[in-house]
Amino acid sequence: MKLKHKKRNLRKRKITNVIMLSFSFFAAIVTIIPLALIFYYTISKGIANLNIDFFTKMPTPVGEPGGGMANAIVGTILLILIGGAIGIPLGILSGLYISEFGNNRFGDVVRFLTDVLSGVPSIVVGVVAYTLIVIPMGHFSAFAGGGALAILMIPTITRTTESMINLVPSSYREAGLALGIPKWKTTLAIVLKTAWKGIATGILLGLARAAGETAPLLFTALGNRFWSVNVFQPIASLTVYIYQYATAPFKDWNDQAWTAALVLILMISVLSLFFRFITRSKYKV
Amino acid sequence: MDADIKEKTPIVGTTSDKKNEIKIAVNNLSAFFGKNQALREVSLDVKANRVLAIIGPSGCGKSTFLRSINRMHEVAGGTITGEIIFDNEDVMKVDPVYLRRKIGMVFQKPNPFPTMSIYNNVVVGLKLNGIRSKKILDEVVERSLKRVALWDEVKDILNKSGAHISGGQQQRLCIARTLAVEPEVILMDEPTSALDPISTSKIEELMFELKNDYTIVIVTHNMQQASRISDRTAFFYLGQLVEEGTTKDIFINPKHERTENYITGRFG
Repeated sequence: MKLKHKKRNLRKRKITNVIMLSFSFFAAIVTIIPLALIFYYTISKGIANLNIDFFTKMPTPVGEPGGGMANAIVGTILLILIGGAIGIPLGILSGLYISEFGNNRFGDVVRFLTDVLSGVPSIVVGVVAYTLIVIPMGHFSAFAGGGALAILMIPTITRTTESMINLVPSSYREAGLALGIPKWKTTLAIVLKTAWKGIATGILLGLARAAGETAPLLFTALGNRFWSVNVFQPIASLTVYIYQYATAPFKDWNDQAWTAALVLILMISVLSLFFRFITRSKYKV
Repeated sequence: MDADIKEKTPIVGTTSDKKNEIKIAVNNLSAFFGKNQALREVSLDVKANRVLAIIGPSGCGKSTFLRSINRMHEVAGGTITGEIIFDNEDVMKVDPVYLRRKIGMVFQKPNPFPTMSIYNNVVVGLKLNGIRSKKILDEVVERSLKRVALWDEVKDILNKSGAHISGGQQQRLCIARTLAVEPEVILMDEPTSALDPISTSKIEELMFELKNDYTIVIVTHNMQQASRISDRTAFFYLGQLVEEGTTKDIFINPKHERTENYITGRFG
């Protein structure tokens, strides 16, 4: 009698197991569908115009075939570099601070504000950068664009750095200090080095997010039809070009917007491969 | 010739005098973590070139005592009152960075740095303190690893990660790392509790060798270990030092009933 009861229970569990397993499998499939669609559309629509000219030539006027987006590709790279140059050190150092020394009220405040900052819409960040940098300077510039992007990447980098450093076992810290290594050196050469791989992932996420932003650049870097690498002048970027070309009423511009999107995705992929390469561990742990 | 040697013998033989020299004098040491008092007025001398074992049940303050000696208690936010005199100086008045080069520490769990090679694990203390000469570093690596009897086992894999070797080897690597900065005292916080019996006996042999050149204070949960390796033993209970004496006395003729109960396994 009892055994029978148990058997029925077991059957019920097995059925529940199969149902839940198929649900989660289904959810996993649904999750990758958008990504697959993005790849499918950008590749199928963008590949036609993807040639060496796209990387080396300047945009052509409406109606004139050919041309490329050399200025926008260089512009996007420059904007990420400026944003990274400001955002990465600030993000890592503030993450390091709140993790190692932020076990107090001030640390809690910084943590909370970082979370708030990561939720601020990017267009608002653009307006703020416009007020803080563009208006005092008197004109739009790559520098202002990079500044806006830096603000957007800081919260991601800060919080990833903090959580990655928290994951470093305190025994490594203690071992370093017990060897008579000063605290700051222990933190940099042992703790930060141990956490480096995870921090690099945070940096990558921050950079990738910044590379894909359009709204804050409209107020800051503006865009530029011409070749410019002057950081104090307006600069072109792929995202702004995608926005302009995709909403333009010209078929050839629309096609080029797809190619620009494809190139942007490729650039982010290359960036992520590059990060994989520089953080590959010498030692398989 | 013979007379010459005889005359010089007393100078060579100073080790016996040195053995009675007090390396660390602890007076009325109390330690606090917030409002929690972990040690109550402990006074204890650590003699040079001896092994002092500290035994006692969990939470009796033995680790806190050990960590106070090289001020590692501060890392966990502890404070102390009383004094610890090392080489005629109060440790609280010495820069902890300098102090810890003189008083090294080996931890319970082997903790070689995972991002560094075996080679760099040994010399990290020197490298981060500015020694760059490849020749010196090579020498230190070989000498330190030979000292812990690990050289033959790892000399061909010096560039591999410290995480590649076994737990016992890792612990010996950690001891080599401590020796590389040339301390005078080595504090060991249950160094073999995470190791198998064979690795444990290797580390015990090593401690026996090391006491010729270093003063060793070891916290252990293992009574047999304390009786095997130490010259003197201190028994702690509830933050107080119950008694301290030669290991033989403590294990054969303890003065306090508590000590006897503990070492015979009636509590703890």
